[in-house]
Amino acid sequence: MNSPYLRRRITNALAMVLSTLATLIGLAFLAWILWETLRQGISALDLKLFTKVTAYGEDGGLLNSMVGSLVINFIGIGIATPIGVLAGTWLAEYANRTRLGESIRFLNDILLSAPSIVMGLFVYTIIVLPSTALTHGSTTFSGFAGGVALALIALPVIVRTTDEMLRLVPSTLREAALSLGVPQWKLTLQILIRAARSGIITGVLLALARISGETAPLLFTAFGNNYMAINPMDKMSSLPQIIYQYANDPGDAMHALAWAGAFVITMFVLLLSLASRLILSRTKVSHD
Amino acid sequence: MPAIDTAISTTDILEQRSRRDARHERLFRWLLKGCALIVLASLLGAAGATLWGGRDAFGTFGWHFLVSSEWDPGNDVYGALVPVYGTVITSFIALLIAVPISFGIAVYLSEVAPAWLRTPVASAIELLAGIPSIIYGMWGLFIFAPFFADHIKPWLTSNLGNKPDDGKLSWVAEHVPFVGKLFGSDYPFGASILVAGIVLAIMVIPFISSVMREVFQTVPTRLKESAYALGSSTWEVSWDIVLPYTRSAVIGGIFLGLGRALGETMAVTFVLGNAMHLSASLLDPGTSIASTIANQFSEAAGLQKSALMALAFLLFVVTFIVLLIARLMLRRLASKEGR
Repeated sequence: MNSPYLRRRITNALAMVLSTLATLIGLAFLAWILWETLRQGISALDLKLFTKVTAYGEDGGLLNSMVGSLVINFIGIGIATPIGVLAGTWLAEYANRTRLGESIRFLNDILLSAPSIVMGLFVYTIIVLPSTALTHGSTTFSGFAGGVALALIALPVIVRTTDEMLRLVPSTLREAALSLGVPQWKLTLQILIRAARSGIITGVLLALARISGETAPLLFTAFGNNYMAINPMDKMSSLPQIIYQYANDPGDAMHALAWAGAFVITMFVLLLSLASRLILSRTKVSHD
Repeated sequence: MPAIDTAISTTDILEQRSRRDARHERLFRWLLKGCALIVLASLLGAAGATLWGGRDAFGTFGWHFLVSSEWDPGNDVYGALVPVYGTVITSFIALLIAVPISFGIAVYLSEVAPAWLRTPVASAIELLAGIPSIIYGMWGLFIFAPFFADHIKPWLTSNLGNKPDDGKLSWVAEHVPFVGKLFGSDYPFGASILVAGIVLAIMVIPFISSVMREVFQTVPTRLKESAYALGSSTWEVSWDIVLPYTRSAVIGGIFLGLGRALGETMAVTFVLGNAMHLSASLLDPGTSIASTIANQFSEAAGLQKSALMALAFLLFVVTFIVLLIARLMLRRLASKEGR
């Protein structure tokens, strides 16, 4: 009877159904991807994954890749954490609302989504090429170069979280300390960073989750290695790199190993994001 | 006069201490500033290193590099057109799919869903953003591409394409221009430009939808309630009130997703099929800038390596511009809020 009202009602109902459907599509893909990773990964789990190196191929494991991933991630986080925390501190405490500070904050947000493969080529140019030239070709790719590439990817995450977390610290805390005559560097290091500690740790965990799945920048920096390498100056295997290599291999046994590696990485990343969520549940900040 | 002596020495000590503090303060400031400048240096360095590495290719081929579709390591002739086309078309498909779905998710989470469901669903969607891209690649290569080849592709080729299996052209392929070419393919596998676009769409949905949801929440409640009081439906409030109010930030979120899609390497490399030729069909394999680099760089030398570096420079510049626009758009809403 009331055709305009009816039309509006139908439009509304349709839109609501479609938006619910969109959410269901998103959740369905999440479930599908996680389910397949779990199913294929668990069925490929085997003790030899953790005891043998990739040199044995189909009969081998992923030991050297896991150790390599740990070493490279450790280097990456080890470099990015101090630099990122200090840079974030500068943005929040010293350069807030200055022109240079605002520009760096802005560029840091861009670096956050910059293509990781370009970062890999950058590190290839500044570390791999010079080290090859200096040692007349004896050192080329290295786990250290891979770590630096990952550090560049982790850096903007840590800078941003530190910056945001410090800006959440109430200014009364700063004023109280300054009125007691505490110099600003001491105030920053001993009071503010401590007050924002849980948020900063969250940022570091998020950065670690981000870099532990990165593949592209490692291809031209750490390269890969079928044998165990602990020395960061050697070529080094990593889980993402070996997944990439094995997934492109025609053999089914290699695919199973790749799924096992994918399973390990996914579990690691999910646990990290769970842990960071737990720490973060006390404080609220946005991450995109 | 011991009292005066102590007074003098106290001032001395105080002065010494304040000088020391000032010195530490200066040092600390420089240290912090240096660390912040590393952020700047890594952006400039990445652009500079790839430009420097690509100088031979740019010098040899000039502007021709951008428009040539030839990529022939045998004759040392390189053009960027095929990978550039692949990057652009896969990202475009990704946005075409991801934008409406993300908008739907954001509307659902901010207007439709019951309050108790919002946080868990939002965290689940954000979980998608945390999954490493190589996992998307594995899933795409081993699960989704075969699924696509078995269930979706036959339907598309026989109902829309110009090369159907039974040789009978469908009405759409005959009468609607271009559609036949887009969906015509005699390539038997799933890995293709369309599959890469779909996988990219799934990857960028959490980024776009979380930005949209966040900015939708900044719309003043009184604005929405006024519209509801005038008899608007939920959809009308979302489309006519919330969306116009947040338009610039929504566009920013979409560009953020585009920036991600353009630079994505692993997920795309796995499902794109890596074919260095230009094809009008979305069901044929192709390549992208990032996957060309990932596939060829380790074995490349000389001019080929330089051409790959030049590709990386192009990619970096384009994503930089896209992300710049994204951040500027996002910032406009923030300044409107008075932040």
